[in-house]
Parts: sequence; structure tokens; C-alpha cells
Amino acid sequence: MTLYFTNEHEWLRVDGDTAVVGITQHAADELGELVFVETRPAGTQVKAGEAVAVVESVKAASDIYAPVDGEIVEGNAALADNPAVVSTDPQGEGWIVKFRLSNPAQLDGLMDAAAYAAFVG
Amino acid sequence: MGTDSSLLYTPLHSLHLDFGGKMVPFAGYSMPLQYADGIMAEHRHVRTHAGLFDVSHMGQVRLRARSGRVEDAALALERLVPADIVALKPNRQRYTQFTNPAGGILDDLMVIAQEDCLLLVVNAACKQADIAHMQARLDDCVVEPLPERALLALQGPQAEEVLAGFDPKAAPMRFMDVCTLNIGGVDCLVSRSGYTGEDGYEISVSAAQAEHVARLLLGNPHVKLIGLGARDSLRLEAGLCLYGADIDETTTPVEAGLEWSIQKSRRAGGVRAGGFDGADIILDQLANGVTRRRVGLLPTGRAPVRHGAPLFADAALQSPVGVVTSGAFGPTLEAPVAMGYVATPHAATGVELTAELRGRGVPARVASLPLVPARFKR
Repeated sequence: MTLYFTNEHEWLRVDGDTAVVGITQHAADELGELVFVETRPAGTQVKAGEAVAVVESVKAASDIYAPVDGEIVEGNAALADNPAVVSTDPQGEGWIVKFRLSNPAQLDGLMDAAAYAAFVG
Repeated sequence: MGTDSSLLYTPLHSLHLDFGGKMVPFAGYSMPLQYADGIMAEHRHVRTHAGLFDVSHMGQVRLRARSGRVEDAALALERLVPADIVALKPNRQRYTQFTNPAGGILDDLMVIAQEDCLLLVVNAACKQADIAHMQARLDDCVVEPLPERALLALQGPQAEEVLAGFDPKAAPMRFMDVCTLNIGGVDCLVSRSGYTGEDGYEISVSAAQAEHVARLLLGNPHVKLIGLGARDSLRLEAGLCLYGADIDETTTPVEAGLEWSIQKSRRAGGVRAGGFDGADIILDQLANGVTRRRVGLLPTGRAPVRHGAPLFADAALQSPVGVVTSGAFGPTLEAPVAMGYVATPHAATGVELTAELRGRGVPARVASLPLVPARFKR
């Protein structure tokens, strides 16, 4: 398994041709406590940069973008009752979607943990 | 963070930074959106304990008649607002609006009567325009901005206990009473009011002493600093209008459900009926009704329905009847809360409407305002 990061403050944990996608601690801190998460349905084909989910804080709605091309396999059903776990454990229980990669070569354009740490500063 | 040189700072800027305020631009000022605890926790703290807000960005203005008589200042201001200002007794406060000739709202404001003058508190984003409006129209008055005054709000069920600990005169004040209190050696002009739906106080204090007073209040363990994020969700649950969202130059006080702020004396048949900008339209609406009304809305589910969302009479999103003007997640109700304008036939409490959210329909029921009961000490 390999962990990648994007400049949209998302992470992907890649295992073969599937990836689990979530937001980073930095993004979670910026968004504040979440009150609602809605993922697009399983089977949805998305291109990199298209929304896979929307997360809502008290104040605002924010899109979560597909980091690479692929198909949504599963949304994190636990978030319906407990959206706040995205804020408290964004890189664990607070994962957002599982994703099947259709173009794994796109991963080369993403950051590793060290590069992301430098990006966030 | 908080160092954008184009933004103005309030006298409490360094306090905000000390307390971990997440500073954002708001109405030309660098203001705290939230502190470390976050909007949800701050909101709940105000509903259960006491929260301290910096609202120094708002405009404080003194209005004095050239004659020196407060009655003349009151008569003059009544040319611009639909409230009865003449009958406002010294050391009392009242809510009103500056109207335009179309009956729309230029700004909403608080007016305090003093023995010799009126004190106004206006919205930050409108204050320059309000001052120019008064200077242009009230040539029998001197309009004096008070930028050297800071404004704090202490809100919540423990606000009285906290403030009375500094000056016992805080306790017997009633909603909208005004009194000079001594807080730790500093004279402050205090009104029993606020914009959260909770009991509380607004505290006008010299900019030089503001941080001292704020730190004294924060020394009480019941008191926490609260940012603009929670201020917005609190006022929304309380059914209070945000200027620029729920009311503006295209909405009248009657459409906005603010007719309670237009006293009998200014209405048709009253002793000083009309005489303010847009009076013909507003008095006609009071007599004959309006085609749309501001209402509370309770969307089902957990997804907030926000400003700008269209409202429909039917689930198929075919019959538009209005629009959401404020919407958020209400931490007290633990559910989405909203307000909006709805065509009068659909504006009755209990009517089931549908809001459009990301292309689909969300049922939303018309609810009476406030959405969370007010706890003013009347």
C-alpha cells in the first residue's frame, strides 16, 4: 500500500487498482467540525478534479474532488450518522470514498508524505 | 494570518490572536471566524454559559440636534426610520431600519436614547453609507462617528451573573435597558440586548480600555470568546436578520416580518404617521398585506440548505415560490435551519415546501421564528 497526497489536501491509500480517499488533517482543521457528508453513488465514473463527495460544516459546503480518474466503489456509510469523525480521525475512520483507478499512471503526479508536509509548510 | 495590511483591525485584534482566533476578512475588518474550540462548541457555549463577542467593527454614531434638544434629534431621525424614536425614553434602546423611497432597507440599526442625544449602532458594511445618508438628510443634526469606541457583546444564560459580579446594577436591567456600568474601574455604556436570542449585554467601551475589559470578563471561567461563525448560526436560530442576506434594499420591513418594529404612532392614523422614506409603500403593505414574507424553514435530513437555494411548492421542483436567504446547520437543534422569502399563500407555518439542493429536492417545512425560543429578560 502506498499513501499519496494532493494539493487539494486529500490523501489516497492505494492497494493495487483501488484507493481509499479522504481529507488530510490540515483540511479537516481548516473545515472545522463537519455536520454532513454526502458521497456520490457507487458506480459513478469520475475524471480527476470532479466531485466525489460534498462535506458541510456549520458555515459552508465544500467539494471533495477525485484526485485521479476512476469509479466510485463505495462511500463511507458510517459518515451519515457520524460526519464528525472526518474531523476527528480524517486519515482513519473518517475516510470518504473507495475508488477504482482507471489510469494509475496519474498517481505519478501526486505527492508523498514528505512532499505534502513541505507543501503545507 | 490576520496580517493583511488592507484590512482594518479592531481594538481587540491582539486578544484574538492570543486566543487562537482564525482571522478572516469581514466588512473590511480582520475578524475572528472562530477560536480553537470551533463553531459548534462556541455556539453551544453561548446557549449554555456565556460568550464574549468582539463586535467593534460595527459603527457607533452619536446623533445630536443642533438645538441641543434630544427631542429634535428624535424627530429628525424619524424622517429616515419607521420606528417611534420620539417616545423612546432615555436609557432605552430600540431596533429599527433606515428605509429607501421604495420601502427597501438601507441598513438595520439600534437606537439608544440618552438625555441629550441619540446613539446609533449600525452594520459595519453599511456604516460609511449610513453616516453619509444622515449627514445629507439631517442638516438639523450633527452626525458624529465614534471610531474610538469598541463594542463587546456578552451573551448567554450566565451573562447576568458574570456582569453583575463586576457591577450589581447589571442584574435589574431589563431587555433593551441602557445603563452606565463600572467594569473593573472602567465606565462602559451597556445595553441589555444582543443578537443571539439569548439574554445578554452589549458593552460600549473606549478602544483604549476594551482589551482590559474583555480580559476581565474572560477571567470568569463561564466566559469564552466566540467568533463570527457561531454569531451567524446563533442569530439564524434566533430568527434575526443578517443585513445583505435576509434584508436589503429590495426587501421591505413588512416583507421581512419586522412590522413589530413599526410602532402605532408611525402607522396610518398614528400621531406621526408616515414621514419616513418609503412610508407610502410600507403603510400600504401594513394595511393590505404583502406578496411575500420572510419565514423560518426546517429542512429535513442533515444537509444544510444555504443562501440562494430556490424553494418550490412541489417535490418535482416545478412551481417556484421563493428563495432561501440564510441557511446553516443549527447546533442547538442539531439539524439544518434556514430562513427565506416565500410567496404569501405558501408562507404559513407548517406548509411543506421543497428546497433545491445540488439538483434534487429536500423537503423543508415553514416554521415560525425564532427557530430556537428567545430568552430575553423582558
